[in-house]
Amino acid sequence: MNPIIPLLILCLPLLGFLVLGLLGPKMSHKAAGWYGVLSMGTTMVLAYITACTYFFSGQPDFITEGGDRLQFIVFNQDWLAFTQSLVIRLGFLLDPISALLLVVITTISFCVHLYSLGYMEGEKGFQRYYAFLQLFSFSMLGLVVATNIFQMYIFWELVGASSYLLIGFYYTRPSAVSASKKAFIVTRFADLGFLLGILILSYYTGTFNFTDFTSIQEGASWAVSTDSAFGVLAQFQGAAFMGCSLLTWALVLIFMGGMGKSAMLPLHIWLPDAMEGPTPVSALIHAATMVVAGVYLVARLFPLYLMEEAALQFITVVGAITALYAAVVACTQIDIKRVLAFSTISQIAFMMVSLGVARPEFHEGLGYMASMFHLFTHAMFKALLFLGAGALIHAVHSNDYTAMGGLRKYMPITHITFLIGCLAIAGIPPFSGFFSKDEILSACYMNSTLWGVWMSFVAGLTAFYMFRLYYLIFWWDEPDYGHHKPHEAPWPMALPLVFLAAVSCVAGFIPFGHFVTWNGEPYTIHIDWLGVATPSIIIALAGIALATRMYRKKNDLPEKFAKASCGLWTAAHHRFYWDELYLFVTHKIIFNGICRPIAWFDRHVIDGTMNGLAWLAQRLSITIRPLQSGSVQAYVYVYLFGALLLGLITTVCVVL
Amino acid sequence: MEINVLYYLLPSLVMFCCGVYGFLTRKNMIAMLISLELMLNAVDINFTVINRYIYPESTEGMFFTLFAIAIAAAETALAIAIIINLYRANKTVDVRDANKLKG
Amino acid sequence: MEILYTIVALAIIICSILTVTTRKILRSATYLLFTLFGAAIIYFMMDYEFLGAVQIAVYAGGIVVLFVFAILLTSQPGKNSEKLESRRKGWGILAALAVACISGWALVSRCCSLMGAKPEMEFLTMKKLGLEMISSNGYLLPFEAVSVLLLACIIGGVAVARKR
Repeated sequence: MNPIIPLLILCLPLLGFLVLGLLGPKMSHKAAGWYGVLSMGTTMVLAYITACTYFFSGQPDFITEGGDRLQFIVFNQDWLAFTQSLVIRLGFLLDPISALLLVVITTISFCVHLYSLGYMEGEKGFQRYYAFLQLFSFSMLGLVVATNIFQMYIFWELVGASSYLLIGFYYTRPSAVSASKKAFIVTRFADLGFLLGILILSYYTGTFNFTDFTSIQEGASWAVSTDSAFGVLAQFQGAAFMGCSLLTWALVLIFMGGMGKSAMLPLHIWLPDAMEGPTPVSALIHAATMVVAGVYLVARLFPLYLMEEAALQFITVVGAITALYAAVVACTQIDIKRVLAFSTISQIAFMMVSLGVARPEFHEGLGYMASMFHLFTHAMFKALLFLGAGALIHAVHSNDYTAMGGLRKYMPITHITFLIGCLAIAGIPPFSGFFSKDEILSACYMNSTLWGVWMSFVAGLTAFYMFRLYYLIFWWDEPDYGHHKPHEAPWPMALPLVFLAAVSCVAGFIPFGHFVTWNGEPYTIHIDWLGVATPSIIIALAGIALATRMYRKKNDLPEKFAKASCGLWTAAHHRFYWDELYLFVTHKIIFNGICRPIAWFDRHVIDGTMNGLAWLAQRLSITIRPLQSGSVQAYVYVYLFGALLLGLITTVCVVL
Repeated sequence: MEINVLYYLLPSLVMFCCGVYGFLTRKNMIAMLISLELMLNAVDINFTVINRYIYPESTEGMFFTLFAIAIAAAETALAIAIIINLYRANKTVDVRDANKLKG
Repeated sequence: MEILYTIVALAIIICSILTVTTRKILRSATYLLFTLFGAAIIYFMMDYEFLGAVQIAVYAGGIVVLFVFAILLTSQPGKNSEKLESRRKGWGILAALAVACISGWALVSRCCSLMGAKPEMEFLTMKKLGLEMISSNGYLLPFEAVSVLLLACIIGGVAVARKR
């Protein structure tokens, strides 16, 4: 395959960032915006070409005779060569999930670019905004096509940095500034784990490359196989630390990086606050692309995770708890973007659980496919919901649903598309969410009934809180809009909504199993109507029905319900006090207990030593300064003294 | 009385010591310069006398004195130029006032 | 010879002491002149006629005149310099005595090797001197070095003294 097109996919956004970042202030808003849109549009077309070539061309590089999809390295350039064996490369890896992510990222990014033309119109720093969007797109694309884990780490951090920049876009608002800092610090903290994981993994395998990691033989297990079956992983055999095998530690630590980026409990606290950024940014970064990087990471290393059941179980438990927690919290939030943020956390947790429960023996690793499928559909409908929310916020100039209500009359396009998004996320056929969620639930039931039931319940909650939001925005009671009636969004905003809604309607019918599976072997999805699909539809409908009863018209049921829930409602409204817990831990324990003594030590002992030295030098120089008096005769005395001394010594030596 | 080297070296030693004393105590820079000349001449006498008495067959001491006289002349001329310049700037030739270079 | 020596030695000693002790700067320069004459006479006694002549011409004719000009330019003639404070004087005498003691001791400690009458010396003709000065196995290099130095001094003197 010609490496020009893949290279352009990476270079165009980078070029866009440089152009907009350096020349942006000289460009008009319109020029900068359209430049961004066109650059992203071209990238999208190129990404589509690449993905189509990969999936449909049938070249022997991409697919075997038997129909198995292969990993293909388009190019791999040495970047940092520390030693002969320790070389970090930058490259472009093409395989089912990277091709999928290329499509998702460029599509959503293009929609957001276009949408922002309307949403950000007239904002101060418009060019800067587009520059950051380009930077983010570049980093995210670099992340998904990484050929080795170190390249992924580099772009992982770049993504974090651009996320930081975009969350803090309104840098004059203190809340945005603190939110961006929070996001950066929390994800940085998680990335520490990621880095440790990378180091452990590379130390034992001697490689960074994904293709080496995933080259282990299918079905290899520590108990029965020989060393050669494990390839690079042979070193890990028998290595253990604190009761777990070292490979488990490495994988869990790597997953910790994913937990930070994908906002899993307990590192989820940054994502709701990240909604301080502009809404299109939330749609792009904090719903569709960056936050699924964690899922992508686990999927990328999935064959490794399969080696260690314990790591997968850890992922499952974390994901399941997060899914339930976020769904409950989402039921009580006032800010519509916060509801969507918690919904995002919950949905990503779905994907994580799906990966966690996937095993090759269960229907060809169904969970893996389901997870990627859900990643794809979720990206579409969640971006749609966020962009819809952006249109609403644009119309009423408030984030809270209390300022909305009855909007269906004023904003028909937004209303319809938002409804489609809600139906999709709730899992109602024929919308896309139904199919992917159904696969996830099937995978859960195959693994264990507990997770199946648990996730079905969360799916019901999802339907409930989404329709609660929907009714509160579009039905409920109309507040006094005054003379400034809400109006429908301009066409650059409406177009992406319609497009994404259309995708959400049909995406479910894509035969996903033919494209993305854990080992590249295609298979046909079939929906288990009786066992899983029908009950989950019923649960979703029940959730919707409950939401309809409670929120369709203004009534006092919600308040009664809140009172009757004996504190659960308040606790959920305060997100179960996670932020307070973090504040307590950081301020009371870390700051007071650890940082204060360290600061004291630094200030008094280390600085004291330095200050003491400086003081000593100063005193010394003040003491000897009079010697340099400028008086020639004083110097002569000193010189004479020295000369006489020399003379004396010479004479003594000669005479004696 | 036989005149030997020591007889010549003694007056030159006195001359040198006078130069040292003058250089250390006088405040007028020209007076200091005069003291300097005294010291130089004492050294010159030593060179010549020792050359003549101990190594009569060679001429090093004599030539050294010759060159020393030339250099002393140049040095004095330059020093006087500097002193006059300082006098122009400071309106004094007191060495204690010429301490601007102490930094 | 002894009489001449006694006169010269006494003149040098007295005139040097007076040079540094008189409070009139112009007188100081005059006493210096006498001291320099004394040195010139010593050179003549050493049979270095050329050196004595140079001493008189350069020092007496050049440098002392320069001194006198400088003195006249920078101070009113006849005005006494202020009296030295005793502390300063004391330190100066102490330093001078220290020099005298150490040098004298060094001299006396080796005086036995210095004893001896003035040896005979071949007369140093002017021609021989000149040839020695410019022959390449003589003093050509120092001679040239001094010429360059003098040039540098001329330029330096002009640069320093010229009016801005």
